[in-house]
Amino acid sequence: MQLSVNGKSYDIDVEDDMPLLWVLRDELGIHGPKYGCGIAQCGACTVHIDGEAVRSCSYAVGDVQGAITTIEGLGTPDALHAVQAAWITHQVAQCGYCQSGQIMEAAAFLAGNANPTDTDIDDAMSSNLCRCGTYPRIRAAIKTAAATLRGA
Amino acid sequence: MGRIKTIARRTFLIGSAAIAGGVAFGYYAYQKPIENPLLDGLAEGQAALTPYVLIDESGITLITPRADVGQGAYSVQAALIAEELDVRLDQIRVDPGVPSAAYYNGKVAFEGFPLAATATGFLADKGRIASDVAGKLIGLQLTGGSSTVPDAYEKLRMAGAVARATLLKAAEHKTGVAVAKLTTKDGAVILPDGTEISYTSLAPIAAVTDPVVQVRLKPVSDWRYLGKDMQRVDIVAKSTGTQSYGIDTVMDGMVYATVRTNPRIGGGVKGYDDGAAKAMRGVQAVVPITGGIGVIADNTWRAFQAALAVDFEWGAAPYPPTSDEMWAVVGNSFTSSLQDSQFKDDGDVETTLNEADILEAQYRIPYLAHAPLEPMTATILLTDTRLDIWTATQIPRFMQVNAAKLTGLDADDVHVHVLMSGGSFGRRLEDDYVQQAIEVAGAIKGTPVKMTWAREEDMTHDFPRPMQMSRARGSVKDGQVYAYDLGIAAQSVTASQLSRIGQPALGPDMMIVAGAWDQPFSIPHYRVTGYRVPEMVPVSSWRSVGASGNGFLHDCFLDELIHAAGADPLQERLRLCWHEPSRKVLEAVGEMSNWGSDLGANRARGVAFTLSFGVPVAEVVEITNTSDGIRIDKVYVVAEVGKIMDPVNFENQVQGGVIWGLSHAIMGELSFDDGVAEQDNFDTYEVLRLYQTPEIIVQGLENSTQIRGIGEPSVPPAAPALANAIFAATGKRIRELPLNKHIDFI
Ligand code: FES
Ligand code: FES
Repeated sequence: MQLSVNGKSYDIDVEDDMPLLWVLRDELGIHGPKYGCGIAQCGACTVHIDGEAVRSCSYAVGDVQGAITTIEGLGTPDALHAVQAAWITHQVAQCGYCQSGQIMEAAAFLAGNANPTDTDIDDAMSSNLCRCGTYPRIRAAIKTAAATLRGA
Repeated sequence: MGRIKTIARRTFLIGSAAIAGGVAFGYYAYQKPIENPLLDGLAEGQAALTPYVLIDESGITLITPRADVGQGAYSVQAALIAEELDVRLDQIRVDPGVPSAAYYNGKVAFEGFPLAATATGFLADKGRIASDVAGKLIGLQLTGGSSTVPDAYEKLRMAGAVARATLLKAAEHKTGVAVAKLTTKDGAVILPDGTEISYTSLAPIAAVTDPVVQVRLKPVSDWRYLGKDMQRVDIVAKSTGTQSYGIDTVMDGMVYATVRTNPRIGGGVKGYDDGAAKAMRGVQAVVPITGGIGVIADNTWRAFQAALAVDFEWGAAPYPPTSDEMWAVVGNSFTSSLQDSQFKDDGDVETTLNEADILEAQYRIPYLAHAPLEPMTATILLTDTRLDIWTATQIPRFMQVNAAKLTGLDADDVHVHVLMSGGSFGRRLEDDYVQQAIEVAGAIKGTPVKMTWAREEDMTHDFPRPMQMSRARGSVKDGQVYAYDLGIAAQSVTASQLSRIGQPALGPDMMIVAGAWDQPFSIPHYRVTGYRVPEMVPVSSWRSVGASGNGFLHDCFLDELIHAAGADPLQERLRLCWHEPSRKVLEAVGEMSNWGSDLGANRARGVAFTLSFGVPVAEVVEITNTSDGIRIDKVYVVAEVGKIMDPVNFENQVQGGVIWGLSHAIMGELSFDDGVAEQDNFDTYEVLRLYQTPEIIVQGLENSTQIRGIGEPSVPPAAPALANAIFAATGKRIRELPLNKHIDFI
């Protein structure tokens, strides 16, 4: 089976029903996406498939059609994505474990909504949970990122 | 021998020691040198030094012995050293250090002594000293009880100052220019002509220079980092997916594993059939471990699948199987034979309550899971002569001892490598998962094994916060609270935890009444009694420990009495409060929230106060009673912490604590049926999400001289402030958590 991740193509030999998360983590060594619940409840495993945010823990690799982007492919410490830069400015992370997923969710959301209202943000980001309680900073960081992306 | 000098003003012995290519600065354990953490790195005779600063050609490393479980501990510890050493935070490496008895944590045992955090004077000081010694004796390299900042505050700054002064002396030796003419900046000594000599190049000379220990710490006004917004050392990594956590460990030749044990914790296994599991793709072995099995495979998911395919016949739970039966045990614990403590007994409660019209109420709160987002995981490499453990933990030292016992190896041959954790909230004060991983690794010696728990395993094998019940009575007189008698029944967290490290729990467990018996109120007749519920589900420390639940139990009934007296909730708390720093906190939260102003239709506010870990915290919660349920609009928080090390992290921690408190107050519960926790993942163990999160406005006060941590104390008042607001809005007094059993939330 062929998989395109962060612009690179991989040949993998796994069961069709293996969740994408475990292909990424244990077969390809891409550790940005995290395991939190395995049942699409927490969002720690969020990646993009053709720009759309999906829960990789509950997405069978056999169903993947399209290019996968993980947090590693969104931006790097030397070339930050606007969402990552905003996350740093607002010092969102505590333990940080949920943040790969939060950032991927936010990036996909802002790509489709450049000028979100508070309610939009609440709706979009409520599928990702954070046990450390960084929600207030996530709200603020999303507004900053949205402004950057709009070129404001 | 390392070079020791005593700072007479303190009992610290501080010194330096040569290391390969450089120098280490740190502390000598006083009285009896305990074992050395850097045995491998230091020459013979230097075994007693506990290093906090290492400088060699490769750079400057600060050792931060307290674990970082998301609370920013690495950053704050690094900043304490860097402030005095005069280096930039981006010039240094941070290393959590290797487990050693030398990194004892002298502050964490405080809360275990029957000494209110507000107590001062001879008895209090004596108790604090005793706790320091006890901490040392147990070799407590432990992160908990919000103890990181208080413990590190002087030690780390002093280590940095001594290192800087000694480097200056070394520069004098090297250049002949007197120390008085030298300055330092950003990791270098500066000569009068502006020439810079880096610390790293001075390290070999510093190693043979007598350490300069007569140092003065910088006045607060000169601080460059402390007290200012700092960028956390891990913030870029944690925003780019490049931070590696325990679960991300990879090694050459590593195999993947998981375990499945009886969810009736401690119930054992009668038999199992692993035929189907063994035949599954990628499965290398199914091995028996204590209470269940481990699966070794070539991928975590395959291990999960195989573990689920094993058919078990489990033993029965060694505790009552249902929540109802457990409640009966708790309810039957209010007896004189199970009385554990009664450290608060002012006035004459018995007589007063026999004579007066009294108010009575019973409250209860459920078991709660820690459920950090990263499940328990450990990577193990076991051979016949050595054990290496890579894991996120708050107790590396205990883990080392327990692992030595389990394997029969010498503790010296057990190496614990502390990794970043995806949250803890107290869960990583246990090492059950590591012991399981070691058992699994025993079947495949010489091969590294990464063991990861499935979320379901994690949730059903937590050591939860205990379920608790309170029985309260009280009376009012002339519009004031007059008598308050509170009995609290709970399992002993301390006894449960100590039993797992083979230690007896002596004396009363202050955690049963923490956050209740020690509140700074002078009520004429006031008594708090703790009752020890027999052990049921094994329990452990959960963010803010005893106070986490007692804040609700104590403050809500106080609120009932205040309403019965017809008094104002904030004014009456202020009238009753004798502790000045606590009064300031209450006054400030009143001002911030514009207490007393009209909020409009269907809106109301509640206030609550809890002093825990020495930190008084007051919170006001504002809510709206909508047709779809309660909406939390705003939370105002004021905390007194002595000195705020990093305002950004302070705010983040306090907000996180409030969200934690609200989340569990509204919807958190582990209930039991057939001996098994009924909630096994985040679909049933629900937690607060962004849309339910209110605006949280935080203010820190710096009126007291004592330095306190803030990771926990904002948790306890959140639940009562919300319940008190619900009463104010609806007239409904809810006496059981989670609140959503009794009222709808948006
Ligand atoms: S791990 Fe995928 S949503 Fe939780
Ligand atoms: S930062 Fe820890 S779970 Fe979100």
